[in-house]
Amino acid sequence: MAERILDVKNLEINFHTYAGDVKAIRDVSFHLDKGETLAIVGESGSGKSVTTKSLMGLLANNAEVVGGSIMYHDQDILKKSEKEMQNIRGKDIAMIFQDPMTSLDPTMKIGQQIAEPLMKHKKMEKKKAWAQALDILKLVGIVDPEKRINEYPHQFSGGMRQRIVIAIALVCYPEILIADEPTTALDVTIQAQILDLMKELQSKIETSIIFITHDLGVVAGMADRVAVMYAGKIVEYGTVDEIFYNPQHPYTWGLLNSMPTLSSTLLEAIPGTPPDLLDPPKGDAFAARSAYAMKIDVEKEPPFFKVSDTHYAATWLLHPDAPKVTPPTEIVRRQKLFAKMSANKSVKA
Amino acid sequence: MRKYLLKRVFYMLLTLFLVATITFFLMKLMPGTPYSNQEKMTPQQIKIMNEQYGLNKPVWLQYLIYLGGMLHGDLGTSFQYSNQPVSYLISSRIGASAQLGLQAMIFGVLVGIIIGSFAAINRNTWIDTLCTVLSIIGKSVPNFVLAVLLQFYIALKLGWFPIADWGGFSYTVLPTIALGVGPLAETARFIRTGMVDVLSSDYIELARAKGLTKFGIVYHHALRNSLIPLVTLIGPYTVALMTGSMVIENIFSIPGIGEQFVKSITTNDYPTIMGVTMLFSAGLVVVILLTDIVYGIIDPRIRLSGNGD
Repeated sequence: MAERILDVKNLEINFHTYAGDVKAIRDVSFHLDKGETLAIVGESGSGKSVTTKSLMGLLANNAEVVGGSIMYHDQDILKKSEKEMQNIRGKDIAMIFQDPMTSLDPTMKIGQQIAEPLMKHKKMEKKKAWAQALDILKLVGIVDPEKRINEYPHQFSGGMRQRIVIAIALVCYPEILIADEPTTALDVTIQAQILDLMKELQSKIETSIIFITHDLGVVAGMADRVAVMYAGKIVEYGTVDEIFYNPQHPYTWGLLNSMPTLSSTLLEAIPGTPPDLLDPPKGDAFAARSAYAMKIDVEKEPPFFKVSDTHYAATWLLHPDAPKVTPPTEIVRRQKLFAKMSANKSVKA
Repeated sequence: MRKYLLKRVFYMLLTLFLVATITFFLMKLMPGTPYSNQEKMTPQQIKIMNEQYGLNKPVWLQYLIYLGGMLHGDLGTSFQYSNQPVSYLISSRIGASAQLGLQAMIFGVLVGIIIGSFAAINRNTWIDTLCTVLSIIGKSVPNFVLAVLLQFYIALKLGWFPIADWGGFSYTVLPTIALGVGPLAETARFIRTGMVDVLSSDYIELARAKGLTKFGIVYHHALRNSLIPLVTLIGPYTVALMTGSMVIENIFSIPGIGEQFVKSITTNDYPTIMGVTMLFSAGLVVVILLTDIVYGIIDPRIRLSGNGD
């Protein structure tokens, strides 16, 4: 079994606002193994970004961690002081941000922006750090790096800037790379290039990636495992095949169903909006939008039911007493494929 | 770059020419004459005096004569101080004013940046409120009130610095503080607003994600980006302070040019009015050019002609 480098347990985060406490993260647990890519999927406001910011110790001032632990190897990140976190950030855990157009300092040469983490964490002199910055610029595929290292962000295109942001994140060879919707702000053609680059670099520098996205299409090619988040909770997690071809939670069904496929003629949408987390619903938070909701869904929160050793889903539909329901046709099609895949696997085994 | 500069210099000269023209004719529209005891003079005497100072010629001719003189560096002779050339009057007095203005500006801007940053970093805490209140007080208390208070408490009671007069550096300390509180308050306000904006931007978040310290983030990333709006303010402000402050110079008995300028207007001392106005305008156009260049140094996105250093 792979080495477990990050273990988040029962994380709960509240945001203090004038209207009251917003329960943004409600009992979230997940883990990350060495070298793997975990995708956290969910719509806006589901708590994906808040979760990752808590890993970096970068939560906003009005956020409060109410409970849980984040174990990085054998140390709890939540118990670290700001000073100690500064030594972890950028060195052991690094981050790529969503919008490359705004995440680089417009008044600083990109060489210096890449060299900064080296000078801070490896105590390198400026000259040496710049030399290393040049190497990493080559690695992320910047053409003519000797000249461009002296340029400013506005002289680069969006895709090139995201490569630089990646270079900054990877320059210290971090153990964990958090990518917060790294391709959302980019053109579709550039998206594929950036994803390819991330995969290539992951194998080169052996980093684990937590990939935040709302785009399931991006997940398929990137992730080893997927966690689906809804209303501040993880509702289902499993390997990428299990989530894509054998989903169990109605919310995951809705997400997959609203993804265009080659055969789809009409694009489905999930009706309604996510619940207000100032006062989260008592039962399954998705019940109000789900066509498969039962009476118990509004009364009692579902626990995680085991689907396989790697696959869990929090829905009452998996309870032995639950009635059999038929998922949307697209999901049924996927589940058939999954059955075929597993059959093939067991034949091979 | 050279072409750009030549163009700018041409426009600067054009501006100065326009300023000279407009000021000259406006000045001639002012009521009164330069003679302080005109009611006791006979028409004969006035005629002789007018002839002597060239005031009997038509205004357009006076204008051309003045312009011609200015091109040769001759700013005329002051009416108030018998036979003192205006150029001498200015050059003997501008030194004190310029030194004081520059010192006040440096003091105000530096302290203002520190206070403004401090307020922005501690936004919405009592520190922020304190800094805001201080800068409002600094902006609204007239500098002569502060000057008198400084004289009374620091100079008279504590005896740390001379009360007034113009000797060495110690004589400049109190007037510098009195004059510098204005720009200080203004700078603090600008920097606070700018930095609050900058600190909430994505690249500051990225800087934090790099593991930089709070001070490192403010010093290396936030400060430079917050300075841009301030640059616009500083240039003209500096010129205004360096060309003299009548009130402060009066209170501290500093032989500066501020008082001369005001006196020249009340006495219709035409050559001095023109001289000081032209000095002020020249300072302003030069500073505006410098401001544009400094913009480019601070923010590479607006670098002139667009190709690097």
